[in-house]
Amino acid sequence: MEADVTLRVDGTTRVVRVDTRTTLLDALREKLDATAPKKGCDHGQCGACTVLLNGRRVNACLTFAVAQDGAEVVTAAGLGADGAPHRVQRAFLDNDGFQCGYCTPGQVCSAVGMLEEAAAGWPSAATGDVAAEPVLDDAEIRERMSGNLCRCGAYVNIVAAVREAAADSAGNTGNTDSADSVTSEAAPAGGAEVR
Amino acid sequence: MIPFDYQRAEDAAGAVAAVAADPDARFLGGGTNLVDHMKLGVAAPHRLVDVTRIGLDDVAELPGGGVRIGAGVRNSDLAAHPLVRGRYPALSRALLSGASGQLRNAATTGGNLMQRTRCVYFEDVTTPCNKRAPGTGCSALEGPFTRYHAILGASEHCAATHPSDMAVALNALDAEVRVLGPGGERTIPLDEFHRLPGDAPDRDTVLEHGELITAVELPAPAGAARSTYRKVRDRASYAFALVSVAAVLDLDGGGAVRDVRIALGGVAHKPWRARAAEDALRGGAPGEERIAAAATAAVAAARPLPGNAFKVDLVRATLGSVLRELAAGPAQEPAEPADPADSTENAVEGEGR
Repeated sequence: MEADVTLRVDGTTRVVRVDTRTTLLDALREKLDATAPKKGCDHGQCGACTVLLNGRRVNACLTFAVAQDGAEVVTAAGLGADGAPHRVQRAFLDNDGFQCGYCTPGQVCSAVGMLEEAAAGWPSAATGDVAAEPVLDDAEIRERMSGNLCRCGAYVNIVAAVREAAADSAGNTGNTDSADSVTSEAAPAGGAEVR
Repeated sequence: MIPFDYQRAEDAAGAVAAVAADPDARFLGGGTNLVDHMKLGVAAPHRLVDVTRIGLDDVAELPGGGVRIGAGVRNSDLAAHPLVRGRYPALSRALLSGASGQLRNAATTGGNLMQRTRCVYFEDVTTPCNKRAPGTGCSALEGPFTRYHAILGASEHCAATHPSDMAVALNALDAEVRVLGPGGERTIPLDEFHRLPGDAPDRDTVLEHGELITAVELPAPAGAARSTYRKVRDRASYAFALVSVAAVLDLDGGGAVRDVRIALGGVAHKPWRARAAEDALRGGAPGEERIAAAATAAVAAARPLPGNAFKVDLVRATLGSVLRELAAGPAQEPAEPADPADSTENAVEGEGR
């Protein structure tokens, strides 16, 4: 069974005919040549396929493309521009937050989504009092990033990168580059995107 | 994966009609479990009816201080909702201790209740499993991998556990599940929603084909209640429970137990309401003796498998620790009548998800 699906991928509207069995991840990689999201486990366990779907981080391997008709998808490739990486990407570079790099696009998308969630005041399993405003310390970062595995074990530097990006976003409200606006428009608790 | 038809329902009645009319049709929510099962060959529906755009995605306060949670509300939105964080912290904690940030953004309230066991033999289509293929036998009873299997309520046909954290908290909170089927609506207490395996382990819940969860309702918390959820697992994060405890404790002005509700996760085919433990706690202050009696009562009926006997002690220790924490801790803020402006905002928050 086939269906035509319209997706806005990294700022460009694309129409693609897919078999209903095609996951969003396979549609992106194999039909739309958007290869930043990676296929690791293909079962939602590793996080390598993480993209921002209507502004929220999800595993692209666990949703069918046909179910996401009309959605906005931002991959790691759409976060920054050539020569102007997103602040999270910059922080991964500055902190050596990777080795082989395979999990990195998923880590970066997950970190961008996670920082939006934290900025919206969402608690996590590491939050002492779930009714209180969480403070994004290292324990919180580790917990919130636990859906992204790194088999090289670059976790120490990934935490450092996310910590730096979090500090940047907290202290910098004047960043108006297009890369940031993609995510800030799609804040997790109150976005008005049409799914 | 076998080919399937996909259709997007526009409302709950249409979704129910579409699935009821086709024995090979299934509802599709966030997909985090069903899509995986279709890849694994565990599930092979010929038709998926998408129920993520039918308007069941808000959290609303009920008259009297309870809360109604739409079946399509994502786990992450529910965990972060002010009403849930303030009045039902055990539910927030349970949700946040499950899965990952990415999965919680996709998984729905209804889908969480409908998720299936993570028993490795159930998910491996090359091994016998009465739940996946009735009549083929239970590989878990033969072992050797029984770390995540039941110690309570299992049968000779199945020793699987229900994997949800959320449902354990909902059980302790006396939640009710609202269901729409071809014959109309019905309401099912959470404790009666999931089944014990008996001789039909292929049936996880009491739902009939075509019945759709539309909402979960929580009664108002008692004035001086305190509640929490504690999960014990092999990793610090992103792992299923070995055992978990959800508990609600309400003490009167003299410090005696007015009400207590305890549910256990990771130990049975369903969220396990530990009524014997509740009874052992009632009648006085929750002192060391009463807590020890409750912890013992919780596992008095345990029948562990070779390889998971450690769970008996783990339940006892975890439950004891949780009860001591709740007995010593402060009561939660009582439910207050909602500010109309707040409830409007809250209702809007879930839209478009």
